[in-house]
Amino acid sequence: MIQFQYTRATQPKAAVDAVTKEKNSMFIAGGTNLVDLMKRGITVPQRLVDINRLPLKDIKKEGSSLRIGALALNSQVAENKMVLQSHPLLAQALNAGASAQIRNMATVGGNMLQRTRCPYFYDTTMPCNKRQPGTGCGALEGYNRMHAIFGFSDRCIAVHPSDMSVALMALDASVLVTGPSGDRRIPFADFHRLPGDRPDIDTTLRPGELITAVDVPDSPFTKNVHYLKVRDRASYAFALVSVAAALDIKKNRIEGARLAMGGVAHKPWRLAEAEKFLVGKPVSEATFTEAANIAMQGAKAFKHNAFKLRLAPNSIVQALKTAAKLV
Amino acid sequence: MSQKPSKGIPSPRDSRRDFLKQSAVLTGIALTPKAAITAAENQWDEKLADAIEKIPLNIEINGIQKSLSVEPRVTLLDLLREQLNLTGTKKGCDYGQCGACTVHVNGKRVLSCLTLAVMHDGEKVTTIEGLAKGDELHPMQEAFIKHDGFQCGYCTSGQIMSAVACIREGHAGSETEIREFMSGNLCRCGAYPNIVDAIVEVKKQGKNI
Repeated sequence: MIQFQYTRATQPKAAVDAVTKEKNSMFIAGGTNLVDLMKRGITVPQRLVDINRLPLKDIKKEGSSLRIGALALNSQVAENKMVLQSHPLLAQALNAGASAQIRNMATVGGNMLQRTRCPYFYDTTMPCNKRQPGTGCGALEGYNRMHAIFGFSDRCIAVHPSDMSVALMALDASVLVTGPSGDRRIPFADFHRLPGDRPDIDTTLRPGELITAVDVPDSPFTKNVHYLKVRDRASYAFALVSVAAALDIKKNRIEGARLAMGGVAHKPWRLAEAEKFLVGKPVSEATFTEAANIAMQGAKAFKHNAFKLRLAPNSIVQALKTAAKLV
Repeated sequence: MSQKPSKGIPSPRDSRRDFLKQSAVLTGIALTPKAAITAAENQWDEKLADAIEKIPLNIEINGIQKSLSVEPRVTLLDLLREQLNLTGTKKGCDYGQCGACTVHVNGKRVLSCLTLAVMHDGEKVTTIEGLAKGDELHPMQEAFIKHDGFQCGYCTSGQIMSAVACIREGHAGSETEIREFMSGNLCRCGAYPNIVDAIVEVKKQGKNI
């Protein structure tokens, strides 16, 4: 592995100062993505600031939201009683991600900050605009079975692998950060970026900014929810397609709906038009099929991932049916 | 020079310049870039030496408190295997994909290959070597033998550490749940059905493992 300097921070401000002061410094929390990338020489920080001792682990009620500390472990959030009661969709998504060991290491903040990536990003012998801007995209004309069908650019067609983020996107979460120029709140929908002409940048975090917490607002989506993850093996694999579906149903009528997809874009993909369509409609497979058709507008496949054009709408229908308890 | 000559490892108090000079003597010119020596002589060495510098690490391994000195880039897995000779924990993929390196840190199962040793100052690590009580095997080790929960054995220590945690966490309620919560441990020999049987049996025994 590469050599680097290492320091430990005990307060958020000290951590921000430490990464801001020296060029090419990074925070390290769980390390499950960063250590992997460092071993492969893909990410090469000169200094790591260990933030594991910062007091950012609590999960607590804050006004009309649940505030989840950035350093809460994925496994702790997935089993937290308040999360299970008020945001079961988030718990389902977390348990669909990674393995039990990784969920015991990965933090909420780190999960969001794992790189949007594909096999060409990992293969340092291949071109990749995300790893090395300007070298081209190996996946565009290469083997692109896992890749995006929405929101891609001719520079990058990789997808964001986080399951947790798909649920947070659907639940209208927001991200609390602190940085060299103070604190701010970023709506979850604005946190991750589409690749555009800068696929090397995954998020809208500014240099030196540190995630301190995620706020998940109270919602009626506590009963009729489902996170469906379709993958090449039953567990411990990235999604080909995943769907976070949440419905507020009263007397067989949909009062509110939330839908987001994973495995289809450079960021968690919110299906806003389909949500709008669902509101006021009766609960039925026909309704869900129509919503899925709306959701798929604008989708475009590459040579090896055309199957996603059928898998994605079918998954949306299946997730909605399961959420509505039609299956 | 003030270094301990037997190991050639400087304490953090020693001058970095001395360390680099000493390294040059110990390893020979061929292994020490000339530029590094020049940098050391001219005290340009802050960055280089900082990176090489070892950091004190107090960590409890299998109930024994250790005061160590490690480079920041050393993973917990490499610390266990290379510095402490605890080779029961296996290096499979070294990229967090196989689970062979599973150990417990403060009672939680983690992948020792994806975490830096220095991140665990003051913490407690249990490896496969710390599971048995002397010659008395842990019930999970007994069950793996009884049920033939392995063939080549390479993934076994990771499987057993993970299996023990799986029961302690309360995730061994059914075969389906066991399979889901053991999915981070791959077995290329395909001993999965027997591994599940072993876990089911230990769970049924209801012992406080």
